Amino acid sequence: MKIHEYQAKNLFRKNGIPVLDGIACFSVKEAVEASIKLGGEIWAVKAQIHAGGRGKGGGVKIAKSLNDVKDHAEEILGMKLVTHQTDKNGQVVRRLFIEQGASIQKEFYVGMLVDRSSQRVCLMASSEGGMNIEDVANKTPEKINKVLIDPIEGLTNEDIKKISQIISFPQCDLSEITTLLKNLYKLFNSTDASLVEINPMILTTENHFLALDAKMSFDDNSLFRHSEIEVLRDLDEEDPLVTKASKYDLSYVPLDGNIGCLVNGAGLAMATMDIIKLYGGNPANFLDVGGGATTEKVTEAFKIMLSNANLRAILVNIFGGIMRCDVIASGVVKAAREVKLTLPLVVRLEGTNAGHGKRILTESGLEIISANSMDDAARNVVTAASRGE
Amino acid sequence: MAILINKDTRVMTQGITGKTGQFHTKSCIEYANGKNCFVAGVNPKRPGERFEKIPVFATVKEAKQATGATVSVIYVPPPFAASAIDEAVDAGLDLVICITEGIPVRDMIRTRYKMHEHKTFLIGPNCPGIITPDEIKIGIMPGHIHKKGRIGVVSRSGTLTYEAVAQLMEQGLGQSTCIGIGGDPINGLKHLDVMRMFNEDNDTDAVLMVGEIGGSDEEECAAWIKKNMTKPVVGFVAGVTAPEGKRMGHAGAIISGGKGTAQEKIETMEGCGIKITRNPAEMGKLLKSVLR
Repeated sequence: MKIHEYQAKNLFRKNGIPVLDGIACFSVKEAVEASIKLGGEIWAVKAQIHAGGRGKGGGVKIAKSLNDVKDHAEEILGMKLVTHQTDKNGQVVRRLFIEQGASIQKEFYVGMLVDRSSQRVCLMASSEGGMNIEDVANKTPEKINKVLIDPIEGLTNEDIKKISQIISFPQCDLSEITTLLKNLYKLFNSTDASLVEINPMILTTENHFLALDAKMSFDDNSLFRHSEIEVLRDLDEEDPLVTKASKYDLSYVPLDGNIGCLVNGAGLAMATMDIIKLYGGNPANFLDVGGGATTEKVTEAFKIMLSNANLRAILVNIFGGIMRCDVIASGVVKAAREVKLTLPLVVRLEGTNAGHGKRILTESGLEIISANSMDDAARNVVTAASRGE
Repeated sequence: MAILINKDTRVMTQGITGKTGQFHTKSCIEYANGKNCFVAGVNPKRPGERFEKIPVFATVKEAKQATGATVSVIYVPPPFAASAIDEAVDAGLDLVICITEGIPVRDMIRTRYKMHEHKTFLIGPNCPGIITPDEIKIGIMPGHIHKKGRIGVVSRSGTLTYEAVAQLMEQGLGQSTCIGIGGDPINGLKHLDVMRMFNEDNDTDAVLMVGEIGGSDEEECAAWIKKNMTKPVVGFVAGVTAPEGKRMGHAGAIISGGKGTAQEKIETMEGCGIKITRNPAEMGKLLKSVLR
């Protein structure tokens, strides 16, 4: 789960990680009022969406007067902000963050994430602040320094010394950066974060460190013990179909093709998408119905797929283990009737009670193309979809 | 011999009194030598009870002492599953198989860290388990699709593993052992660990390796295979069509910052001499083609 910059900064403030004063706003009027309240002569007007690269996309503007604030807020609020992390249609800006200005001496990058191969939390820091860190990693990996944090001891002074030497924080008192990084790790750990990024972290002309940007996301598996984080969820930033799917315990990811896929198991679901592509088709979605699909779940899965106007055909690919194919077949028949399905439907059933399942499909009288193998299923659905175009 | 488990393995179920634990323990008992293999259950609140004639103990340690079980399978709910693994590791079991999906990543980091000083192997979490066909199954896979044979199968997935097994069966190929290592980012045995075991196993002639997007397990295993493997390995990697930055069902199946793509994995594996099919319907055929 992701949160907005201003929400992450509230967490930072509460946990001893220095940030500038700022106020979240939902209208142009609020933005101007916030600027007055904050005072000063310079403000940053920042779009709040769950994607990086906002500055490049025109979602972050500097205002040198209240008129500027008004102009920028009018321009940014409601815009469809396109960045390298959004899809091509962009994300509508519904919230702004008005922040005080800062005088920057130098910019850095600081991030923490879970490193899979070492199975530890990794602290990354770079002297190349304000840049796209993936680009830095590709072009000049030597400019990123990493420390793997011992899960029992936590972030140590030694770790911080090591990081500081290599990215050469200017010759200032290390105690400030030490406190900042230790507090950041404490926050990361205590909230079950999966990622925190400060890009840039700045050294001000007054020689103080502060987080000019803040990005945090959290481990979905841990949200059950973090109601304080769960309330920060902004459903406007999430695809309503994905949200709906998760309510039914369906794992759904929309894609840009025209063949709907309903599969049990994540690996098989990915493989199903891959084989569709291999035969020249294009999957419209990833959809894993999980281990215990009921008729209700299958019906909802059909409804979710069908809300995509591009859909031309549907492939159901089930390998019954715990899940019996006859149960799935009944679910598919009921769902197809309930949603009055008119698109071509290809069903492939294998495993537990597959024969019984196939009989249910045949006896339903519905126009269902029953496939004998994954290969057969993919060929059939690709042909059906291309006819529908 | 197969790897890790056989008909003489003695198993306890942690979380035997829950719905999932009961359902799958029953199906494991009914499979091959399961009746003799599954000897104990654990639930701290219900010691002294019995399930399908199996005695329930308060702790793993007691279950081990009383029955001689050296392997445990875990169906405990996510908030408590990592502690259940810790308990099994502390009791000195040889192998722990954690089926539970949805364990907090931070819990797993701690559990894996503590495991470093122990000899216990962990399979999973978020996995279907392990089966040595016609001898013993520990986990949630459908036993009836398997048959004893000489092909090893290792995979990060559940149903895609069943698909692979079904394709092997179509080619008339049985399996020595099939292992699902799980779809979580922080897990126990990796492709590489399992490959090493298959390489040393006299009952395994060739290995089918099924990978997916995310992390670099497949690449690490491929490099090892190139140097050390004496048996043919073929593979498939799921997720060529997966978009970057989206989690594809499995918590570990995410391409981040352009790393962990299926394409990259396939290229590395092929570079190490492993035959890879782009077609998930041809895993069985490909394996058959490399048998000497």
